[in-house]
Amino acid sequence: MTDLLYSDTEEALRDSVRRLFADRCPPESVMEAYGPAPHDFSDVWHALAADLGMAGLLVPEEFGGAGASAREAAVVMEEIGRAVAPVPFLSSAVLATVALLEAGDTETVKGLAAGSLTAALVLPLSTAPDDVVAGVGVSRDGLTGRVTSVAGVSEADVLVVPVAGPDGLELHTIPRDASGVAVSPVLTLDMTRPLANVQFSSAASSRVGTASADPAVRAALETGAALLASEQLGIAQWCFDTTLGYVKQRKQFGRAIGSYQAIKHRLADLWIEVNSATTAARYAAGTCARRDDDATIAAAVAQAYCSGVAVHAAEECVQLHGGIGMTWEYPAHLYLKRAKSDQLAFGTAYRHRARLADLVDLPVS
Amino acid sequence: MGAEEQAEQAIALDLRGRVQALLDEHDPASSDPREFLAARFDAGLAWVHFPRGSGGLDLPRSFQSQVETELAAAGAPPGGGPHNGIGMGMAAPTIAAFGTAEQQRKFLRPLFTGEHFYCQLFSEPGAGSDLAGVSTRAVRDGDDWIVNGQKVWTSSAQKAQRAILVARTDPTVPKHQGLTYFVCDMTDSGVEVRPLRQITGEAEFNEVFLTDVRVPDANRLGPEGGGWKVATTTLNNERVAIGSMAGITRETGMISKVTGAWRAEPQLRNPAMHDELMRLWVEAEVARLTGLRLRQLLTAGQPGPEGAGMKVTFARLAQAISGFEIELHPESGLRYDDWTMRQPERVDFTGREPGYRYLRARGNSIEGGTSEILRNTIAERILGLPPEHRVDKDVAFKDLDKGAAR
Repeated sequence: MTDLLYSDTEEALRDSVRRLFADRCPPESVMEAYGPAPHDFSDVWHALAADLGMAGLLVPEEFGGAGASAREAAVVMEEIGRAVAPVPFLSSAVLATVALLEAGDTETVKGLAAGSLTAALVLPLSTAPDDVVAGVGVSRDGLTGRVTSVAGVSEADVLVVPVAGPDGLELHTIPRDASGVAVSPVLTLDMTRPLANVQFSSAASSRVGTASADPAVRAALETGAALLASEQLGIAQWCFDTTLGYVKQRKQFGRAIGSYQAIKHRLADLWIEVNSATTAARYAAGTCARRDDDATIAAAVAQAYCSGVAVHAAEECVQLHGGIGMTWEYPAHLYLKRAKSDQLAFGTAYRHRARLADLVDLPVS
Repeated sequence: MGAEEQAEQAIALDLRGRVQALLDEHDPASSDPREFLAARFDAGLAWVHFPRGSGGLDLPRSFQSQVETELAAAGAPPGGGPHNGIGMGMAAPTIAAFGTAEQQRKFLRPLFTGEHFYCQLFSEPGAGSDLAGVSTRAVRDGDDWIVNGQKVWTSSAQKAQRAILVARTDPTVPKHQGLTYFVCDMTDSGVEVRPLRQITGEAEFNEVFLTDVRVPDANRLGPEGGGWKVATTTLNNERVAIGSMAGITRETGMISKVTGAWRAEPQLRNPAMHDELMRLWVEAEVARLTGLRLRQLLTAGQPGPEGAGMKVTFARLAQAISGFEIELHPESGLRYDDWTMRQPERVDFTGREPGYRYLRARGNSIEGGTSEILRNTIAERILGLPPEHRVDKDVAFKDLDKGAAR
């Protein structure tokens, strides 16, 4: 049975990441993501990726990585959620890294592990693990095509591109600033995970490996979905902790609002939900780490469950803070926007339930 | 291998030897179940984490599952005899936590062999959620206590030899301080048991009338006036027991009823219900995993209020799924299998037909602490939110306004 608790090593790793975010990206700094000019958070990412070595968690030691597993990466994701940290860990250290490793890359991953390179997998963030990925077109002149709503492109040095080759899906890499690559950032509901459209026009790329890239892309998306549940858990935990602290201190009618049963019961229910989300996220991370037969089901369950808990926790956070929860100044909205966007990343809960139906033999008709 | 691991392996090996010795001397296939269980108790294999002489070996609780697994594989009878859930799940841990060495020897052995089947005399018509408001009086008489009062929602009272009992020994102090906890003899002539019929048609519970029932002071668990603390231990164990009914393997319990029907009867399927089915499936699966996580957290130590969350979830899901199940069967959902009044030997929340399951599940959010009270428990004991305004806190029990007794 999967260990659903946290090891001492995982707790130590959590502490170092939490300290970094508390120090380098407190809420008032994260808010800058919504400013008129794009804000540069690359120093935070560099500290996480290179100084703490988190970019190499999923990379084997032979390529300079930490040779850790999805369990440790999940703890980082929890802390990213807790801080709504504007860092491209998911897009680079999870999605692009897993896709490259599975496709047989041994060079780019060294740069990624060292934190000297950042990559992005060029797919819409809303792509579900069981979506058919068409890939961009390729000819003798190079890549041609357009991919919309891709996460982490602006922060990336290298783009990892699923390409529709003559014999099926291929994986290519191409420098983001190569000729024929145009990146247009878009305005997003959650500005702390920036998205961009990418246009390829006869852009010269290099192919990774020779086999079909379908399994690599699918593994990347499935790992992404499994680990996103931990980010959602982190969001939910921050919202829960912060709201609990607030209702103990805020007084109306001469008493703490947390003494009213209407509010106590909502927090009790949220506590139950956060505990359940912890379990679902831990199980998804544990089975993903072991490449367990149950990993696909576990990821779908975690996405179907945790995405809703994060949104519910963020909505409760806004509501139970009253007027202050609605202000631009208070950070609750940062979490609400991340939670609502995360609900769409890698497919909605509706999609994951439909997928589960196939996996556990409960057909719709 | 670390020293700790080596020590654990040595214990596991030693336990295996003890289990084998027990099985060699008492073949479960040919032994009388009660004699087998007595031998198991004497070998310290009843609850390995209990003290020596009280059915245990003073080992960590985590070794118990090894013994259970090995004995079950050998076809040994279940501890406590058939369906002695209150005895094994609630009375035994309470006796182990609060009983003197002598009380442990006296009560635990017959409990474990099944000679003493247990029931629970806690709730009263006037004390449901407010359990500390019980009115049943115990008055000291020499070495005994004389008990008078009425208890309700007592399952298996008609066949129990013993009961765990909370009674008021001092009405002149605030309610929590005047309670005392006893082990009561249900075969006493002053005990009258009447079945209590419920919305399912059957009577799995009873009302119990206590008239001048004599309980020796030697049967008191914990100090006089200390009954509330003892009862809390019992109730925490009860919530864990109910909450853990979420099942250990995937698709067990209530959800298996609807998934089974969905697979077997394609004509029942429709797209709107499909998403609801999958929503419930996901929730049931997450609840199952959360139960396993709670178990991992509890491997050492007594259950705390954390079990309350599991119980609230279990009740909500059992009700949602059993309601869904009726709607899934457009015509047979209109029917019911049996309205005759009977007293079932044992209760299975997922037994019988959809109508029964739906009605029985309504009780899941009432029995063992209502979901509303459990949310208060979570909010106050775990989250540290301010307690409810309590007008009865510093008032002597005898001076309280007790309202209607229903």
